[in-house]
Amino acid sequence: MSLLCAEDPNLLDTFDANGLTFLWHPALSIETGAEVRRLLERCLSGEQRLDILCVEGSIPRGPRGTGRYHMLAGTGRPMLDWVRELAAVAHHVVAVGTCATYGGVTTAGENPSDSVGLQYDGSHAGGVLPEAFRSGSGLPVINVAGCPTHPGWVVETLLMLENGVLDQDQIDPLARPRFYADHLVHHACPKNEYYEYKASAERLSDLGCMMENLGCVGTQAVGDCNIRPWNGEGSCTRAGYPCINCTAPEFEEPHHAFTETPKFAGIPVGLPTDMPKAWFMALASLSKAATPKRIGTNATSDRIRIPPQPKAKKP
Amino acid sequence: MNGTRLLVGPFNRVEGDLEIRLDVEDGQVSAAYVNSPLYRGFERMLLDKDPRDALTLTPRICGICSISQSVAAAAALGDAAGLPAAPQGALVTQLLHAVENVSDHITHFNLFFMPDFTRPVYAPHAWRDEAVERFAALKGSAQHAAIDARAKLMHITGLLAGKWPHTLAIQPGGATKAPTQRDRTRILLSLRAFRKYLETHLFGAPVESVADLGNADALMAWERGDLGFFLRIATDLGLDGLGRGCGRYLSFGAYPGADGPLFARGVWVDGAAEPLDTSAIAEDLSHAWMLGPTAHPTAGETLPDEEMRESAYSWCKAPRLGGEIAETGALARQVVDGHPLALELAQSGGVLARVAGRLLEVARTQIAMERWASALRPEEPFMHHVDLPKSASGAGLVEAARGALGHWLRIEDGRIGAYQIIAPTTWNFSPRDASDQAGPVEQALVGAEVRPGEDSPVAVQHIVRSFDPCMVCTVH
Ligand code: SF4
Ligand code: SF4
Repeated sequence: MSLLCAEDPNLLDTFDANGLTFLWHPALSIETGAEVRRLLERCLSGEQRLDILCVEGSIPRGPRGTGRYHMLAGTGRPMLDWVRELAAVAHHVVAVGTCATYGGVTTAGENPSDSVGLQYDGSHAGGVLPEAFRSGSGLPVINVAGCPTHPGWVVETLLMLENGVLDQDQIDPLARPRFYADHLVHHACPKNEYYEYKASAERLSDLGCMMENLGCVGTQAVGDCNIRPWNGEGSCTRAGYPCINCTAPEFEEPHHAFTETPKFAGIPVGLPTDMPKAWFMALASLSKAATPKRIGTNATSDRIRIPPQPKAKKP
Repeated sequence: MNGTRLLVGPFNRVEGDLEIRLDVEDGQVSAAYVNSPLYRGFERMLLDKDPRDALTLTPRICGICSISQSVAAAAALGDAAGLPAAPQGALVTQLLHAVENVSDHITHFNLFFMPDFTRPVYAPHAWRDEAVERFAALKGSAQHAAIDARAKLMHITGLLAGKWPHTLAIQPGGATKAPTQRDRTRILLSLRAFRKYLETHLFGAPVESVADLGNADALMAWERGDLGFFLRIATDLGLDGLGRGCGRYLSFGAYPGADGPLFARGVWVDGAAEPLDTSAIAEDLSHAWMLGPTAHPTAGETLPDEEMRESAYSWCKAPRLGGEIAETGALARQVVDGHPLALELAQSGGVLARVAGRLLEVARTQIAMERWASALRPEEPFMHHVDLPKSASGAGLVEAARGALGHWLRIEDGRIGAYQIIAPTTWNFSPRDASDQAGPVEQALVGAEVRPGEDSPVAVQHIVRSFDPCMVCTVH
């Protein structure tokens, strides 16, 4: 439902203006029950062209491989079968949300429903559809990963597919559209200055950088979350809580509490991946030592205690 | 058409997947069986996790009432810790919660419920062309206005919660974002813009004049805005008598606050208010594909029946209050709160009452949101630090848009030892219980008209959607 938050223009105008129509949307379309069943049959028979199949939610395979934990209402058949058959006739297949892409939160813990993503099982290629699957367009399943997805990610993916400009080069190795996956959450995070000095938040709601203590993995998580804000001007880190990497496979099982950075001998594990560790540590201790009072003080406060000072005029 | 059976599904314009089996006799529904066909097992995923992880995982049960789940989880953890949240943080939490609830009501009315009146079966009715112009699915002018207004109202969640849905800003100790005076100014601005939408489109008159409607006659005389248009249809189609409920209403009490909740906690039985005894809640599993005895949620478990036995027909457990069904939702909240209009609506308790109850609540909540936003004090703390105990138990009972939502958890050795959730739609869309008592919607559907040739009866659709089900929360 985050899609309904699309703005400038809103969701309905966006679709209208681009000649896109929903064949059927479970929350928005008029058709219900038998009308939908007939539509699905027409898609399978080829009578109705299916340009883009969007799937939300992971697909349960349980119990015991039957897929009966999710029967598509009214059809007596598991979603598992429907998705496989509809994917085979669709020109493009788009997985919307981290559940549909990689399994996501539905697979947390013991994965009670034995769910998987469309073309991935966590970070392993091959889900409901095999690794080699290609839709009518020749593309694999496009993974608009995110939990939730930014409405802009979904809208732009659909429009780019429609315009034929989202090709193999435009998706990353996990099949996420590069227009948002080429960025990191860390980019344009308002806590960047704190990060530079390793001036860390100690508790949720502190203004400092949340990498050292509060589980923020924004330096590794893909997403333009801080470049284009959410719901007006929001983002996870702007609201004082960490990025938990919701655009990535297996984010649901970090093997530590989501809002706590695991440490080994007092040093956070999981530092930025593309940086030599020793170099990072040396830089960190240097910059910690050089932290200006303003930054150090504000980092452990829930509001700005010491504002930037205008330069003193020379006498 | 004696003794036929209909299977209605996929039942759309509800959140999640829903299937309804109908026995039809003499052009009427004689029995209904509601199936929630998706099981994911969130309560099992939570076992043995760090208790704080509930704040990350439970909101993701649902993409539409995510904040309600956050608020319930934070309340359960806070209850376990025995510490109240910072008062200003609690204020932020209830403002966020209200924004989501009102957004859900607006979405329901414009996108889920009203489009059914554009169906060709209504071609002979004078209002049908106007219905198409305003509410045609994905096109109607009222839908456009509502979507725009909703997205702008949601800017409050951007500011205070980072994003919607799935925030981590709501914590047992309060809220992670301490708003500044400038933020408060923005929030008030968003609320003013939303008021303008309500007064121009939905109500066509000041919000207060809807909140102050004192009886059903005054309501039915209302002609302005989308509300007036709905009432014209409701009168023509007799929606007051359609899908009448069981008359037992349940509310956990909405938006707690220092001086008690904005909307009272309690039950409404046989035309009178009673206090709520939460120990009388129990989930019956006789017709659910779940294993185990009937139990209070503090003792309940989630053990799916992999055989999907013949005698059951849904993944949904059947919650009962003192052995009886109860209806929950906006109407229930307003009835339990004793609003005079709601009390009159409760006498019919059908489709009209549920939809009007929801819109009445929108008006009352708008006024409260404005008051709360004005009461934000940026200089005060918004969050206390809360250390969770190693072993404790707690309950978080809140009101989501669709009604009573409860989280019950037990912490053992610093991990989650048990976690049970009863969502509003679990109450309303529950299957039969051991005494063969049908669930609230199953009962409300009995008697609904099935026109010749209908395979997804439109009357059934009105009734089901008037409850505003959220199926993903139902089983979770
Ligand atoms: S809080 Fe996270 S995203 Fe922001 S600067 Fe620190 S590490 Fe980067
Ligand atoms: S900041 Fe991180 S957790 Fe938050 S939405 Fe973006 S990727 Fe997901």
